[in-house]
Amino acid sequence: MKKTLSIMLSMLLLLGVLAGCNNAGSSSASAPGGSEGGQPAAPSATAFKIGGTGPLTGGAAIYGIAAQNGAQIAVEEINAMGGIQFELKYEDDEHDAEKAVNAYNKLKDWGVQISLGSVTSTPAVATSAETFADRIFALTPSASAAAVVEGKDNVYQMCFTDPNQGSASTQYIFDKKLGNKIAVIYKNDDVYSKGIYDTFTAKAKELGLEIVSATTFTEDSQTDFSVQLTEAKNNGADLVFLPIYYTPASLIFQQAKAMDYFPKYFGVDGMDGILALEGFDTSLAEDVMLLTPFNADATDDLTVNFVKKYQEAYGEIPNQFAADGYDCVYAIKQALEAAGCTPDMSAADICEKLVATFPTITFNGLTGDDVTWAPTGEVSKSPKGMIIQNGAYVGMD
Amino acid sequence: MTFLSYFISGLSLGSIYAIIALGYTMVYGIAKMLNFAHGDVIMVGSYICFFAVSRWNLPPVVGVLLAMILCTVLGVTIERLAYKPLRSAPSLSVLITAIGISYFLQNAAQLLWTSNPKVFPSVVGDGSVKFFDGRLSISVITIVTIATCVVIMVALTWFTSKTRMGKAMRACSEDKGAAQLMGISVNHTISVTFAIGSALAAIAGVLLSSAYPTLMPTTGSMPGIKAFTSAVFGGIGSIPGAMLGGILLGIIEIFSKGYISTQLSDAIVFAVLIVILLVKPTGLLGKQITEKV
Repeated sequence: MKKTLSIMLSMLLLLGVLAGCNNAGSSSASAPGGSEGGQPAAPSATAFKIGGTGPLTGGAAIYGIAAQNGAQIAVEEINAMGGIQFELKYEDDEHDAEKAVNAYNKLKDWGVQISLGSVTSTPAVATSAETFADRIFALTPSASAAAVVEGKDNVYQMCFTDPNQGSASTQYIFDKKLGNKIAVIYKNDDVYSKGIYDTFTAKAKELGLEIVSATTFTEDSQTDFSVQLTEAKNNGADLVFLPIYYTPASLIFQQAKAMDYFPKYFGVDGMDGILALEGFDTSLAEDVMLLTPFNADATDDLTVNFVKKYQEAYGEIPNQFAADGYDCVYAIKQALEAAGCTPDMSAADICEKLVATFPTITFNGLTGDDVTWAPTGEVSKSPKGMIIQNGAYVGMD
Repeated sequence: MTFLSYFISGLSLGSIYAIIALGYTMVYGIAKMLNFAHGDVIMVGSYICFFAVSRWNLPPVVGVLLAMILCTVLGVTIERLAYKPLRSAPSLSVLITAIGISYFLQNAAQLLWTSNPKVFPSVVGDGSVKFFDGRLSISVITIVTIATCVVIMVALTWFTSKTRMGKAMRACSEDKGAAQLMGISVNHTISVTFAIGSALAAIAGVLLSSAYPTLMPTTGSMPGIKAFTSAVFGGIGSIPGAMLGGILLGIIEIFSKGYISTQLSDAIVFAVLIVILLVKPTGLLGKQITEKV
């Protein structure tokens, strides 16, 4: 009895290992073969190998999977067009810096030529140091911490940096006179949230906006916000700034309503996705304002096409991370074309060419028009002010 | 007024910890093992109830019952496959296995139901009882949670002290070998313990998700750890202790957030735990058991 059980368990284990291999294999194999035009799969010597790490499992998996899916759609489209061919490979980093470096090393063994960095900021800080040392060009879809690009000439960002988001939000609130007394609730153990908070308060001081309450929470205490909301309410805040992701934000809206507190809310790009939250009562988010680079409800051809393909392939409305992943691949394609790179070049040669080219290109994508990059790696694009009305995003400008 | 409203917030958070801690303490008290997968069974229970109520439009009562039944099956299966073969192994091996099961459940949930958060439909209604012209309000879910806690606590105490099965459980917890010699089936008794613990997990899952409705594969893990802390705080193995520990932990957490610092609240909670354990190593209501050689 005991023996059969142990044999069964070990078989199960073996099955798990094999299944794991399968998964990893299919994601890379489907890239060249996935072209709908029915062309023969491109051999790897004629395709650029691009790879990235992101949380594909664990609590932050929603972001990693979205970026991977978005990039995958772009790769399939580009491969179907002919011309430049890509092979895409994502490795799981579980939103952990140490695992991200291991995942990145796996990509290097695979022969990655251009990196998509890491999806989330904490791992990205670790992997960007590696890509800098290895001279592999990296464009991260969504790691927005300033430390990701700081001092590294070959690391670029597709998303706004946190300082930019913070000061843009303050400017927006000030210009539109959205609130007089501001409360901020931010996530203390997240560089993203903390980074935005820091620049938000610095800019608010400069402009003379009054911050009446600043409270925090952490990964471990992101369920109960009664204290933070009570403090904001008692201090008479009429606008609550939420530089956080939408999951805790949905709880904040619900708990504020339960205590009859109805301030205005202002969010950043992490708030994007709240309307796609399954089962969420969208009336709770009525009149919530946010600055975001991507809007899945926009009616331009590019967005409509992307959202349609994404829904067909993955059965979900894409969020901003998916759009960032998609844009990354197209931006790399544009830069490769402009620099005249070929897939047989070494990663270091491609890196030198792209470093010289990236600051010169102007990119139009899902997350912004006329996007440019500074030689430091920071992106310059204008955030769109959105407000939620009747369960849909509406442009504010 | 702020004090009272913080107190009520603490009570509602604490009641959630308490109801999870009851399951922890029950399994620990009998099987003498820390079932770290408890928090994840809670998560599975929430998902089952979510699918029953939101997707299949079943009445909430049916959803809760379904969650209880499936969680019981899950708990017994886990016990049978993962813990039973380790019955005579050192407790450290069992502990590591429990952590493994916890990760397995989280990742299986992510594979099955994706990591996208879902909003749990409140099965008890989201109304609240208001006092002092609405300046103070207690939500219905808090009242229901505390009431459920008391009922479960009384029922468990009665069950373990009065019924045949309960007596067998206590016998197993004191001395497995002697219990076996007295004709008690230790394996069967421990399986029943896990069945009850898992059914309690399902109830705790439904209440946890009704109070804090964002449902993710990791939903159970942090409340699970906090509940484990409450169980230790109140004296692990003691059923009233789990409830007391849970509620106190919730209140301390909210007060330290409100009056000291939102940044330091967790540090303060755990500092209090350390102080309590220094003064009373068995927890608030824990009994000192001397090992006879």
